[in-house]
Amino acid sequence: MKELIIKNEQETRLFALDLAKKLEKGSLVALSGDLGTGKTALTKYIAEGLGVTETVTSPTFTIIQEYRSGRLPLYHFDVYRVNDEEELFEIGYEEYFYGDGVCVVEWADLIDELIPEDALRIHIEYGKAPEERIYTCSF
Amino acid sequence: MKDGRHITLAIESSCDETAAAVMADGRVMLSNIISSQIDIHKAFGGVVPEIASRHHLTNVNHVVDMALEEADVTPEEIDLIGVTKGPGLVGALLIGIATAKALSLAWGKPLIGVHHIQGHISAAYVENPDLEPPFMALVVSGGHTEIVRVEDYDSYKVLGSTRDDAAGEAFDKVARVIGLGYPGGPLIDKLAKEGDPDAVAFKRVFLEKGSLDFSFSGIKTAVLNYMNTEKQAGRPVNTADVAAGFQQAVLAVIVTKAVGAAADAGEDKIIMAGGVAANSRLREMMEASCAEKGIKLYVPSPILCTDNAAMIGCAAYNMAMKGHMDGLDMDAYARLDIEEA
Repeated sequence: MKELIIKNEQETRLFALDLAKKLEKGSLVALSGDLGTGKTALTKYIAEGLGVTETVTSPTFTIIQEYRSGRLPLYHFDVYRVNDEEELFEIGYEEYFYGDGVCVVEWADLIDELIPEDALRIHIEYGKAPEERIYTCSF
Repeated sequence: MKDGRHITLAIESSCDETAAAVMADGRVMLSNIISSQIDIHKAFGGVVPEIASRHHLTNVNHVVDMALEEADVTPEEIDLIGVTKGPGLVGALLIGIATAKALSLAWGKPLIGVHHIQGHISAAYVENPDLEPPFMALVVSGGHTEIVRVEDYDSYKVLGSTRDDAAGEAFDKVARVIGLGYPGGPLIDKLAKEGDPDAVAFKRVFLEKGSLDFSFSGIKTAVLNYMNTEKQAGRPVNTADVAAGFQQAVLAVIVTKAVGAAADAGEDKIIMAGGVAANSRLREMMEASCAEKGIKLYVPSPILCTDNAAMIGCAAYNMAMKGHMDGLDMDAYARLDIEEA
């Protein structure tokens, strides 16, 4: 476990661009943290790092958004609206989690049992200043 | 054909709802069945909760049967089958598409895949027999926030869309922050009526000058920060004022951009669509702003604003009249550009 202080959105971007370089086929980034901590913002910058050119919008409503314009396909999940893990089976989550691209999963703590062992976990908390965030990383 | 009228059967399954409808001559609704609105308990012998309505497979045959029955239409009388092909959740879309293809093949009827947003926009035709393009469309829902110029029944130009959260999503998330529950839209609408929209001001995010895009993710953080600051200072929070202030900030941006876009393009008609179009304050503000600019506003009934198949049937009919057709090789698209659909 590694703790990082992220001072502002610019630092979020630099963190994400660096992380994106390390991602490969089958990588999964598991994000957790309260509403408004910047999970979607972090994902936007990971997408930028992967070379995604489409606008990355919130996947809350559709559960999954797919982007294919980058170095690897990006599957952006928001599982907040998922009631139980059974529903993810119905969506066919394993084809994404163990597939040809990179998955970023928001609210991953809600489906902990389905998150692969080797996932890159990032828990985000509010910091002292309004823009500050604390990232607890498993890698 | 039935009684000399063209008959379209339509299916929609892009997100939570499984829906089927039968339309006569594209605009006359003979039936409009939405899975979450029927007595599921009676129909299926069990309760299907909100997300589990993703169990489209369980629902689809039943809603199609109900749509045909209520419309009093037989398979032989159907002239066209329309279905949502995207954007949406692929697994959900595929259920509707596979059903539409199977019926198309079995009954020997032509098939058309429709863009979900084109469907929402087409909802306005259903209650306004004389409405014709061109016009400006404002689509605001849980999953979409777009300003679209409708040039013709099969020609669309997206002038602006959200860069992060959809408008309806912002309502849902802020409702959660102030402890209102789900669905957030109607609850904030109701609570905001008791509040003062100027008591707590939230920043209106207009983005770059001239842009018709939206950004609603920042306002949810702003509301969170406000709630936390007040809590830490030990001050009581008037949630009605917060709801009213938040709603005003979001709606002011939407109305300014939508009406501005129409006026700049010289359009004298705006249609609203999507679940958020049912918001009473949005309707008031749009009506006032449109009246000022001499623009006529069309707002479909709430049942046609939410996800439904009548709108898909209307869009499919319009596409067929323009000579479009799809084959059995039609695919489902998680992402789909309305300008190319």
